[in-house]
Amino acid sequence: MQNLWKRIIGFGFMVILLAPGAALAAGEKVASLVMVADTRKLTGWEAWWANLYNESHLYFTIITVVTIPVVGLLFGVLADIIMGHIGIDLKSRELAEH
Amino acid sequence: MDWLYVLMPISGVTIFWPGLIILGIGVGIIGGFFGMGGAWMVTPGLNILGFPMAFAIGTDIAHMAGKSLISTMRHGKFGNVDYKLGIIMLVGTIVGFEVGAQMIMWLERIGQVDKVVRYLYLVLLALIAWMVFADVAKKRRKEREALARGEEVDKLATGLEWHKTFHKLKIPPMINFKVAQIYCSAWLPITVSFLTGWLAGILGIGGGLIRMPMLIYFIGCPTHVAVGTDLFEVMISGLYGTATYTYKGRTELMAALIMLVGAAIGAQVGTVATKYIKGYGIRIAFGLAVVGCALSIVLKLLAKQIPAYGAIFDGSATVLILGLVAAMSLYIFVRMVQGAKQEVAMKKAQQ
Repeated sequence: MQNLWKRIIGFGFMVILLAPGAALAAGEKVASLVMVADTRKLTGWEAWWANLYNESHLYFTIITVVTIPVVGLLFGVLADIIMGHIGIDLKSRELAEH
Repeated sequence: MDWLYVLMPISGVTIFWPGLIILGIGVGIIGGFFGMGGAWMVTPGLNILGFPMAFAIGTDIAHMAGKSLISTMRHGKFGNVDYKLGIIMLVGTIVGFEVGAQMIMWLERIGQVDKVVRYLYLVLLALIAWMVFADVAKKRRKEREALARGEEVDKLATGLEWHKTFHKLKIPPMINFKVAQIYCSAWLPITVSFLTGWLAGILGIGGGLIRMPMLIYFIGCPTHVAVGTDLFEVMISGLYGTATYTYKGRTELMAALIMLVGAAIGAQVGTVATKYIKGYGIRIAFGLAVVGCALSIVLKLLAKQIPAYGAIFDGSATVLILGLVAAMSLYIFVRMVQGAKQEVAMKKAQQ
């Protein structure tokens, strides 16, 4: 039983790792299009951010993918604290369909 | 009034930022309440605010991942998330999604893919709406019959009970999902998630709209657990979608973060509202949202069929969707405030 689970989990990870490549390979071959952010009007962190976009989509992606859950978590905790002040029970609910 | 507009560093467009917050609040409420990402509502909204379509989809998915995380945290505390079920379904969802995506590439080579996808989406939405309202009608009939016998229906009783038939399949390994209160073959959630993932891949949507009713009707989750578990899946698939779209250079992180400010509030309101609305209340509202979504697709189809009135039909579809978001958000918000007031008053009376 344990072996079966190991195989299922292993297969799951394999699919997660290989699927994006397989999907991209199956995609329609299109002429490569280069999108560039216009940094001329930007200053400070905005200029840095737009430059990062122009220079490396990989680093740009890594920072985006890390930022979104971190900010989500921060906002979630903050909203939690505010909701806690309303005085309602936020840890249980009655499970009822009607 | 320049301060109300902000320049997006990547797409180079100037956006009315309060509009992003309002959109975030609306979709946060609906997402937290129904357990879906809501791409079908956000994308036209972002487009109206001035985003090019290419950036609207990526930005929507990025904000969806963050918003679903906030809702999942809250639903998790309520005990509405079955993480074991969610992780098992994730495998089926990803495999199904990729198979669906490959299939759509194949359909694209044949041609007419747009039309096929829209009609398929429409049929699917009609089936979901039918399922929801048939379930509601059957549950009411059961209640009437029980009342006639002088009995009371169990508070967890449902109308349609297809899941009971599926639970009879005893193909190993059998798994007990404690939170969802289900004991069934692991192949049931895997198969259902594969099918919903496959459909989502073909339709090019996140899948929350399909997965939530399937969790209820095919797997047998109580409504609240279906909503919470679905959000957990939306969160993970949202992060995956964020990575792929961002790598293609189609995400405006700044807009996604501004939307998250509103979504953080909305997600809390939507999630807490599920505490005060019983399962069938959620199901009926969900059915109405599905009908609204289907109507907007009909209008978009009409826009393509009758190009002379295309702009009118397209505009009507957008107005319908945004009107639906506004009306539903308001309804959920009012119910949440009423419920919270009642709870606080009861607590005070007990002291």
